[in-house]
Amino acid sequence: MKEMLVILLSAMLVDNFVLSKFMGICAFLGVSKKLDSAVGMGAAVTFVMVCAAIVTYPIYTLILVPMGLTYLKTVAFILIIALFVQIVEMFLKKAVPPLYKALGVFLPLITTNCAVLGATILNIDNEYNLGQSIVNSLGAGLGFTLALIIFSGVRQRVNAANTPEMFKGVPATLIAASIVSVSFMGFSGMFS
Amino acid sequence: MSEEKKKSGLYELTKGFIKENPVFVTMLGMCPTLAVTTMASNGIGMGLATTFVLVCSNLVISLLKNIIPKAVRLPCFIVVIASFVTLIEFLMKGYLPELYSSLGLFLSLITVNCIILGRAEAFASKNGPVKSMLDGLGMGLGFTLALFLMGSVREILGAGTWFGIELHLPVTMTLFIMPAGGFFTLGVIIAVVNKLSKKKPPKELGCAACPNAAACPSYNKEGGKDE
Repeated sequence: MKEMLVILLSAMLVDNFVLSKFMGICAFLGVSKKLDSAVGMGAAVTFVMVCAAIVTYPIYTLILVPMGLTYLKTVAFILIIALFVQIVEMFLKKAVPPLYKALGVFLPLITTNCAVLGATILNIDNEYNLGQSIVNSLGAGLGFTLALIIFSGVRQRVNAANTPEMFKGVPATLIAASIVSVSFMGFSGMFS
Repeated sequence: MSEEKKKSGLYELTKGFIKENPVFVTMLGMCPTLAVTTMASNGIGMGLATTFVLVCSNLVISLLKNIIPKAVRLPCFIVVIASFVTLIEFLMKGYLPELYSSLGLFLSLITVNCIILGRAEAFASKNGPVKSMLDGLGMGLGFTLALFLMGSVREILGAGTWFGIELHLPVTMTLFIMPAGGFFTLGVIIAVVNKLSKKKPPKELGCAACPNAAACPSYNKEGGKDE
């Protein structure tokens, strides 16, 4: 239990996917303009990440490893994720329309979010078992959501501020991200 | 080859260097740009690996563009790209094991690099094989240039070395090789590029600049911005 908690918190805070591993920067910069879209994107990514961990783990251990095809993991995982995102979208549309309404627009964007593929590959590289993989992906997803939510607040202030002409827009956003990243450095060394 | 054709081929090659530089102007492929550029040599390695994948996938996709059904084109593109990524992973593991271990996970993540899918969608699926290869080469070299620049700045300021050579600087700021320094360096470089190009910088990352545009249904309806 304690070990699970360590995996969860370190994926969420210490090795935050966005701010210290640089995964999902694209979504981080693109969707963090407003709080509600940040929450929606974060929830969708967390959901797909956890599901992808549950699906990819058996495929890797039961199909790729026995057949000696582990080098195909990138191809296999990205296909699984693309397929999975489609299925989730169709399922939510039919079964849980309110959730689809909330997450729907974000789902197609997730296939190309490197955080999802990154998390599944990291689970395999770290030799986590199924439970640890799920917890690690959950932590990564929550960390992603946390970064998006924090940053959407920071960004509203940055956009309202009077920055020099050349720094307007993306450069100011990146420098704000740098400062948020410094604050997350405070978590490093928490568990080790 | 007619004069005009030659010209346009050269244009496809060079536009990626500065005018449409994938990192500094169109803001694509941010994740590897930030993650692997702690050293200049890593930046170049990552850039060349991406260039290889980009050229090959653009070639294959432009050849297959009439066979691939429109509805399932994105998964098809991704499979083509992922295959070349696996190929370069093998090559690098065999010939450059050091670089392989320092790029680590991000080598696999070339698969989801928005530049590659973006070029496949915006260019290779609409143009012939030769032009697509030139486009891929130009974009890839532009990306390499950007990564090299980022890596150089961060390595010199952060570690006081360049390509591993000790520069004996009086002060070094370790912050620059940490994640925060990556965001900061990129922000400053983009600001300088904005200043030099004297072009009004995009206020926000619009839909065209959105790295996920290739997969975004509402963007595809508009047909994309590329020529």
